[in-house]
Amino acid sequence: MLEAQLEPYSRLRENLAGRDRSLRQKVMSLEEAAGFVHDGMKVGIGGSTMSRTPMAMIWEIIRQRRQNLSCSRCIVSTDGDLLFGSGVSNHILTSWFAQGILWGLSKVMRLHVERQGKRYDEWSHMAVGMRFRAGGMGIPFMPMRSMLASDVMGMRPEVKQIDCPFTGEKLLLVPALNPDVALIHVQRCDAYGNAQIDGLQFMDIDLALAANRVILTTERIVSNDQIRRAPDQTKIPFFCVDAVVEVPYGSAPHECYGLYEPMMKHMETYVAQVNADPERGMRDYLERYFYEPESWNDYLALIGLEELLKASQKGRSIYND
Amino acid sequence: MTEAQRYTATEILAVLSARQLRDGQVVFAGVGIPLLAATLAQRLRCPGLTILFEGGVVGAFVEPGKLPPSTNDQRCTKRANMVLGSADVLLLLQRGYVDVGFMGGAQIDQFGNLNSSFIGDPAAPATRLPGTGGGNDISSLTNMIVAMKHEKRRFVEKVDFITSPGFVRGGTSRRDGGLLAGGMFRVITELAVFGFHDESRRMRVLALNPGVSREEVQDNTGFRLDFNDNMTVTEPPTDHELQTLRTLDPDRLFTA
Repeated sequence: MLEAQLEPYSRLRENLAGRDRSLRQKVMSLEEAAGFVHDGMKVGIGGSTMSRTPMAMIWEIIRQRRQNLSCSRCIVSTDGDLLFGSGVSNHILTSWFAQGILWGLSKVMRLHVERQGKRYDEWSHMAVGMRFRAGGMGIPFMPMRSMLASDVMGMRPEVKQIDCPFTGEKLLLVPALNPDVALIHVQRCDAYGNAQIDGLQFMDIDLALAANRVILTTERIVSNDQIRRAPDQTKIPFFCVDAVVEVPYGSAPHECYGLYEPMMKHMETYVAQVNADPERGMRDYLERYFYEPESWNDYLALIGLEELLKASQKGRSIYND
Repeated sequence: MTEAQRYTATEILAVLSARQLRDGQVVFAGVGIPLLAATLAQRLRCPGLTILFEGGVVGAFVEPGKLPPSTNDQRCTKRANMVLGSADVLLLLQRGYVDVGFMGGAQIDQFGNLNSSFIGDPAAPATRLPGTGGGNDISSLTNMIVAMKHEKRRFVEKVDFITSPGFVRGGTSRRDGGLLAGGMFRVITELAVFGFHDESRRMRVLALNPGVSREEVQDNTGFRLDFNDNMTVTEPPTDHELQTLRTLDPDRLFTA
């Protein structure tokens, strides 16, 4: 089990050696970038809860009807519902899975986990972070002091409890997680993939370093000169990145720090619809918002101008004072 | 106006929880009542309270009427001292920088273990709950205050699943299991304030909320409660506390 989960170090190095890490232009469309995501892959998802969710990329993957994706994210919100509900994923690894604290339990998650045999592997929030970090550091595990003595540990055959070789204290070892591909949404990057993140970075830096491929979606593409004027703001280096897609409002209806807050009216309508009937409600939602629109802009138009503007006004207000 | 009508169950929960915090502490707060109560304490008596959120926020100062819908939203960062990655803010707990962890709870048992993962048999659960989030990390690594609704089905002898460990099976079992620091400190409900016995580590009543009887607390609890010898009755929420709370949450996002 443990061996099967871990990417052998030699293979991690070979994968990286085989990637073109030169300073090259990687701008492409959502459709093209989705080509990096194949059926059965381990997909790491950036952001957290309703923040900087790479929703446009998830939207495209669902439209292209990928299958059997194993997804990992520190905390999932409606993105988890959509991955299960659309059938693209049968396995989600995370620390918390519901639409949001305001709405109680996700009936979609419950349906798929309780009655349709999908896997929700629960790890502590820090454990998810330590797994991505070990993956990003090129080591097979990280030791940590939480999850011990709990049933969360008991449910995880992937972990090992050891006595520390230095102190004799009990420690938990969690295995590295190296996703085949990571999906990350940022405020801005250049055409090479130098990514700048405003506000909360969550686990995105570790995730980008850990993954074997990174698809970056961005609110806007800026010049390399602009990146070089503020290199301290660059959080993900270009050589981690394989695709750059410019997608304004690429986290909608979730938030993107400093640009827009969550589109709460849309979220509330969504939650009411899918929790009332997690099968039909989800099918109808996917049809209307995911399969029918011709483009991401058409999807945004369905969310509506007023909602986008309101979310933008609130999002940008962080810089008003 | 009677005592019972002056405030709702969640309001007294928030007020009494806020009273547990001390100026100068570093508190790691979950979303909902903990976030609200920590912010209330900051506004009332503890201007030097440092609030951490698992989204990566150090030193939050949440604005009245702009409560964040989760601890991972941009609103959490307004006027904060620092933002970190979420793994790094959680690691502050492991290093020992945090005085108090502050969370809500769905189900708790006599040893203060919390369940937010499964109702029923975890292998074939009647209900799959959202899970730990940072709850397991916080409760494993620091002293905990839990604020939760008091219902018999939530206060059980043994939780179906230990998501966030309290004193595990009592006695020294928490330490024996490898958790060398922290543990349950207080549980606050709309009925009473609870602590834990120094040796047995069982939950016990430290103070009754105003107008609440011993019988009422016991009747709403699924295990036998001990009552502290010098048990007190908590002072009711003041008008100032309630007004400040209502200013913070005018839309009753967390105090419905």
